[in-house]
Parts: sequence; structure tokens; C-alpha cells
Amino acid sequence: MHLFFEQLLNGIAMGSIYALVTLGLALVYGILRILHVAHAAVYTVGSYVGLFIFQATGSLLLAFLGGMVFCAGLGILIERFIYFPLLKYPPYVPLIASIAVMLAIEEVCRLIAGPYILTFPAKLPFPELHLGTITLSSTLVAVYVITAIVLLLLWLVTTKTEMGLAMRATSQDIAIADAMGINSHFVVTVTFIIGSAIAAIAGILVGIYYNQVYPTMGTVPAYKTLALIVVGGLGSVPGAVVASLLLGLGETLLIGYANVPLPRDALAFIAMIGVLMWRSEGLLGSR
Amino acid sequence: MSSYVITIATIIIINAISVCGLNVIVGYAGQISLGHAAFFGIGAYTAALLATKAGISFWAALPCVITISASIGLLLGIPSLRVRDDFLAITTIGINFIVEAVFLYIPFFGGALGIGGIPRIMLFGSKLRGMGFFWLCLFFLVLVLAFCWWFTRSWAGLACFALREEESAANSMGISPVRIKLLAFMIGTAIAGLGGALYAHYMRFISATDFSFPVSIAFLSMLVLGGMGSLWGPVLGALILGILPELFRPIVEYRILVYTLLLLLMIRFQPGGLLGEVSFLRKRLVPLLKGLKP
Repeated sequence: MHLFFEQLLNGIAMGSIYALVTLGLALVYGILRILHVAHAAVYTVGSYVGLFIFQATGSLLLAFLGGMVFCAGLGILIERFIYFPLLKYPPYVPLIASIAVMLAIEEVCRLIAGPYILTFPAKLPFPELHLGTITLSSTLVAVYVITAIVLLLLWLVTTKTEMGLAMRATSQDIAIADAMGINSHFVVTVTFIIGSAIAAIAGILVGIYYNQVYPTMGTVPAYKTLALIVVGGLGSVPGAVVASLLLGLGETLLIGYANVPLPRDALAFIAMIGVLMWRSEGLLGSR
Repeated sequence: MSSYVITIATIIIINAISVCGLNVIVGYAGQISLGHAAFFGIGAYTAALLATKAGISFWAALPCVITISASIGLLLGIPSLRVRDDFLAITTIGINFIVEAVFLYIPFFGGALGIGGIPRIMLFGSKLRGMGFFWLCLFFLVLVLAFCWWFTRSWAGLACFALREEESAANSMGISPVRIKLLAFMIGTAIAGLGGALYAHYMRFISATDFSFPVSIAFLSMLVLGGMGSLWGPVLGALILGILPELFRPIVEYRILVYTLLLLLMIRFQPGGLLGEVSFLRKRLVPLLKGLKP
């Protein structure tokens, strides 16, 4: 039982991290209907920027803030110069552009920071928790708490503020939102800022969690998060979160207990195809 | 010609064959596929297994390879019937990852070690290598191009175009989207299988990573770059993306960066491809060609 609970807790942590990366993707897809593969590269950049600021200043708070600001800027650049001019073309055009952006950013990271794995020796200022015989490390607690805060803030912003209303209106229909006096391009920019900043948080958390930062750390999340937003329902943010948590749990438990002859990274896609066959609008999506 | 040039040229032609198959699915029938490398891989693995485990010659195995690729294409095409556009793109990515995982984790397919010792192709009692193999690939490319040319003029080809332009309109004209989509998938994957078989016999060693998702992106990039739906687009795309990395070889460190940036610039400013309907190349070429004819 002990091992099972530890696996469960690790699974939730994995799921939380997936959720943080997937959120940005779901937000962007909700508004622009673009599969923002380069989001995973933004996440890698966030990890690197956080690490460099941490090495220079020794402050984790500055690392998080710096990473978020830098990634928000990067997100705006990608949206303005790559996606916006390509919106009028069929969806595969921005998709290929996005993949090219991702590969290019990965290369830049490799050229600047080198191809090796860097360590992220930071200690998050959270207490260790003891629940009976089970110990939650401070990193694990940090992952839970930070994910919860981010999700709560995002929920508040999208449901309680005027900006959130504008975001929801724009995601339903850009043209009509424009006609109602919403500056939809500004809304899109804000969406990219929020999504990219969250990706930076996820990047730094993953860097600390595994104590590893490397140029291709975004490759697997890049495509796995695509499967996740499909499972959750394209463009549905709550669906993306649920799907991420389920996948985190499923991966950890299945690999821990059932002897699955497939690598864990294929699991997300098998689940996705299953969901598509059974309920093609996704878990929480709507048609 | 030096063997270096022959190697590059052979690989370009094999890629062009495979991209022709992708063109049938994406360019003609308008069904986005980001998992083409999986079918390329299925062809390669079938050919490799038949040659190494069953000892069947390339020529005897070829019909088998094409049938198996087409049937698996048909099978994996079925999930794609339920989904469109972005869903289809992600589903095909998923298929690519799953097929790669199967190759990598099931011992029958050689696992992480891949399959080695694939024999050379025999023709008229002599082993094909270098130039000989190049001509063989070129022969198959011409065959595939001729088939594609014929297909675009056949009823099924025209039905594909109708489906690409407007599915519901095509449906109301009596074209069954299910049949035509599956047909396009089958033809496309069969051609990819042929490319894969040639690849396996040329490389003589294959492993799962040769058919991973980035290869699918490369195929789609070639197609988009050359021009979707055009007959010569796949060849042009394979040629450009095959030669560019070789030209950048001197700038070792920055090679991939320059390559991806070029890809980005092309898709950003010429999304219809170099031979697409609105490309600057075509705008200049077509009047020129018309001017030549009296």
C-alpha cells in the first residue's frame, strides 16, 4: 500500500506538470484554432532562463519572474510574426510553421547553452509533509501548491474579469467578438502572454523536479500535450487539466504495476485514439 | 560521379517516391497526414523481415510489401474517417508514435537493435549497388509519377479533388467520402511502402528511429515546399530539402538552425509551395511557358 500511495502522489505531480504545459496549448487552440507545438519550446526556454537567472542571482523568485516575462515576450513574438499572418491559410500551414519554430528554438538553446544536461540545484521553499508513513518531499509539495495557485488564478481571470469574458467571447467567434467592440488581437496577445508565462513556470518546475535542463526536454511534451488537448476536448481548458491529471496517474501506475510492453510515451496516443473512437469531442469538450 | 553524390541522389529519389504517396493523401484528397514515416517504416520493415527471415528476394517480396503496407494503411485509415483537420493531424501523429514504439519494443522487429544484414537487390544475376541502385530507384520514381499522373485523370482522382475542395458538396454529387478517403490512404501508404522497401535494401540496416515523427515532418515539409497536389511538387521538395543540408555542411554547428529557419521562412512567405497555384515561381514560369508556345 505504501508504494501505491507514493506512486499515486508522484502520478499527481506528473499530471500537474502536464496540466501546466497543456493549459497554454488549450488556451491558444481555443482562440486561434492553431496547434501551437512551439509551446513546448517556450517551456524549454523558460527552464533555461530560470536556471540562468537562478545561477546569476541565487533567487528562485527572480528566476520564476524572469522566466515568465521572457517567455511571455517570446510568445508574443511567435504570435505576431508567425501565426497571425498565417491564420488565413489551411491549418496545416501554421502547424508546420509551429514545428519549424520549435526546432529552431531548440537549436538556439543547444547553441547557447550546449547540448549537455545542466543541473538545476535549487531548493523550493516549501516544507516537507509527513502523512503517516508517507513523506512528501518539498519539491512535490511545491508542484502541488504552485499548480493549484496557477489553476485558481486562471479560473478567476477567465470567469470573473472582463478580460476573461472577452477571451471567452473571442474563442467562440473572433469576427463577432470584433463586432461587439472587443479588440480581439489584444485578447489573443493576452492569451499568449498567460499561456507562455505558465509554460515558463512548468519549465522551471520540471527543471527542479528532475534536476535536469537540456535542449530537447520539450520534444516529448510537444506532441504528448497535443494528445492531451484532444483527450480533454480541443480548446477546453478544464478538459485539458483533467486529461493531464489522468495521464500522469495512468502513466505512473501502469508503468509501476502492469508490465506494459510499450513505452509510456505511446500511452497518451493510444488513450487519445481510444477517446476519439468512443467520444470524438473529448472528455469535456462540446460540439 | 562520386559515391557521395550518388548516395545523396539515391536518398533524394527514395524520399521523392515516398512524398508522392503523401501527395495522394494530402495533396489530392486533402487529408492531412503527419504520420507518413510510419508507413514508410512499415514498408521497410516488411521488406527487411521478408529478406532476412524468410529469405525471399526483393522482387518476389515487392507485391507482398505493397499489399501489406496498403492493408495497414487501410486499417489505420479507418480511425481517420471519424476525424478531420486538426484531429486528423494529431491522430496521424499518434499513429506514428505508436508504430515507432511497436518497432522499438517488440523483439520480433529487432527491438532497439533494428534489423541488419539486409541483402542487396539482385537484377539479372548481379548485385545492384551505386549507380545501378540509383537507376532502379529512378525507374520506380518514374513509375510512381506516371501512376500519379494517370490517377489525377481518373474518375477516382477527380473524386479526390472534389472531396478536397468541399466534402459535403462532393458527397451530394454521389461521391462516397469514406471510399475515396480510404482509397487515397491505401494508394498513399502503398507508395510509401515501396519507398520504404527501397530504403531498407539500400541502407541494409534499419532501426525504429529511422521512421520517427521528425521524418514525417520532413516528408510533409518536402510536399508543402514543392507544392501540394502538383505532380512535380514532391520531386522538387525532396530535391531542395535533400540538397540544402549538404550545402550547409561547412557550417556544421549552425546547420540545423539555418535549415529550420529556411523552412520557416518558406512556409511563412510561400505557404502554397514553390509550385503551388499562387507561388511567385509559378506566376513567372507559366506566362513564360505560354509565351513559348505559338
